[in-house]
Amino acid sequence: MSHLAFVSIAYGVTALTILALITWVLFEQRARRSELAELEARGVRRRSAAKEDDNVE
Amino acid sequence: MTITSAANYVSGLANPTRFLSLVATLLPWMAGLTGVLFVVGLYLSFQAPEDYQQGMTVRIMFIHVPSAWLAMMCYTVMALSAIGTLVWRHPLADVSARAATPIGAAFTFLALLTGSLWGKPMWGTWWVWDARLTSVFVLFLMYLGLIALNRAMDDPARSAKVSAIIILVGYVNIPIIKFSVDWWNTLHQPASVMRLDGPTIHPSMLYPLLIMAVAFTMLFFTLHLMAMRNEIWRRRVTALRRQAARSAA
Repeated sequence: MSHLAFVSIAYGVTALTILALITWVLFEQRARRSELAELEARGVRRRSAAKEDDNVE
Repeated sequence: MTITSAANYVSGLANPTRFLSLVATLLPWMAGLTGVLFVVGLYLSFQAPEDYQQGMTVRIMFIHVPSAWLAMMCYTVMALSAIGTLVWRHPLADVSARAATPIGAAFTFLALLTGSLWGKPMWGTWWVWDARLTSVFVLFLMYLGLIALNRAMDDPARSAKVSAIIILVGYVNIPIIKFSVDWWNTLHQPASVMRLDGPTIHPSMLYPLLIMAVAFTMLFFTLHLMAMRNEIWRRRVTALRRQAARSAA
């Protein structure tokens, strides 16, 4: 294998690993947001959030 | 800022809602800065001259060294978080440790893999069981063990305590990694940047390396804050589901 191949594989795998990390974090973010939205739609809210709304009103 | 006001500010962040609002403000700036640093760092890395002995394989250094630094720095962040969990019972300390674990595992994996890809053309072998390589491999196994432990335990308070103790015990491996090249006879070269007598790398390679190290560090902190926010939301979802189940019963 040429030196160029070693360098290319190293940079390629690093890029893929970093992309996988970013994708994982964004996927988790989307999943948690949709779960919270679903609970909110069902009327399930944190007690502290309800108190904050009361104070605003 | 006085020490008291700084301490008050940090303790104010114990409120997850306040922390989430700070994260929402910081993240776009951090992500933008990370992107700019990577563009500049990669440009300079490929503009740097080839090494007279290693040829172009020296370019692996610009991703291998920052990955290895991050592998150790991430574990240090986890150890500080573990102290926060055990000593101050800070609500975000366990969130921080838990969020950092998979990121640390990924950077350790990259350090091992890029090191192996650099080792084959330079040393003539993919792997040797010398002190540096073995201690970094042990660090990788520790990250995987902590991920498994976090997933295996249902009780969050108990899981936080057990993880914190294991993280602190495992921290003994970090100085072993750092000084392994000085304490033992290793195939891995000794330190060439963080030395008492200054770096031994030529500035034409040192500056791109330092910029890449800052880029990797910014990437870590950006991902860590995002993962912490996800972990806070995950805990909120669990608490709300419990609350809903109690109301329904």
